[in-house]
Amino acid sequence: MKLKKLRKISRRNALQLIAGFTGTAILPSISFAQSNQALNRINEITKGLGATESDIYLDLPEIAENGNQVKVSFEMDSPMTESDYIKTVYIFADGNPSPNVAKFSFTPVMGSCSATTRIRLSKTQNVYLLAENNNGQFLMTNAQVKVTIGGCGG
Amino acid sequence: MSSIKPRVKVPKEVSIDEIVEIKTLIRHPMHSGRMKDVDGQTIPRQIINSFSAKFNGKEVFQMDLEPSISTNPFIVFQYKAKESGKFDFEWIDDNGETYSISKEMVVS
Repeated sequence: MKLKKLRKISRRNALQLIAGFTGTAILPSISFAQSNQALNRINEITKGLGATESDIYLDLPEIAENGNQVKVSFEMDSPMTESDYIKTVYIFADGNPSPNVAKFSFTPVMGSCSATTRIRLSKTQNVYLLAENNNGQFLMTNAQVKVTIGGCGG
Repeated sequence: MSSIKPRVKVPKEVSIDEIVEIKTLIRHPMHSGRMKDVDGQTIPRQIINSFSAKFNGKEVFQMDLEPSISTNPFIVFQYKAKESGKFDFEWIDDNGETYSISKEMVVS
């Protein structure tokens, strides 16, 4: 079926098609490498084990008018006892010049695992949260933020 | 840099087992190393790279900051009050300088 259809296409169209295909084949590989720097970091930290997608409360504006000051809050559901607590929370941004944004180290005496800060986002992108508990298990979530004016300078 | 002054809000009196919110703010330009000044020269990186909170000498919270943290870092976290004591907050600059502030909290 496909062969028959292809034969009907003129030489010019066929060339355009091929050009189009190769174009789309090359482009994703480039954007893949760039847009997943956050996921690459997550892979590095979890040593390839990956993290479980979880519905962690990650509060970010849907649209940030000013990328210089984007408020981010998160809260994890954890008993925060000596035997079961969230040890570390990382925040990554996949569209910033560097994926690392912040690393929070929690202790069970805090009683709750939540924090707020303000971050810079250079463009519209996904923000990832990766959490590690004291047993070495990883949880993650992400949220997209549309940035009107970028905030990384340059 | 005398212009760098931390500000912290800790409730003075709380009841036992209450989870209190601690708000911190420090005035700091957080030069990411990518911004340019009016002459088009790149401003070298200078950020606060670490923040920590100690309660009665024991570290309870620590945060590593990267250039993606905004100017005048604002950090909020929670703490479960168990006993009266003193918080020591410390910010560490790229140039090795530290800025600190202490706050007392009474648990009744």
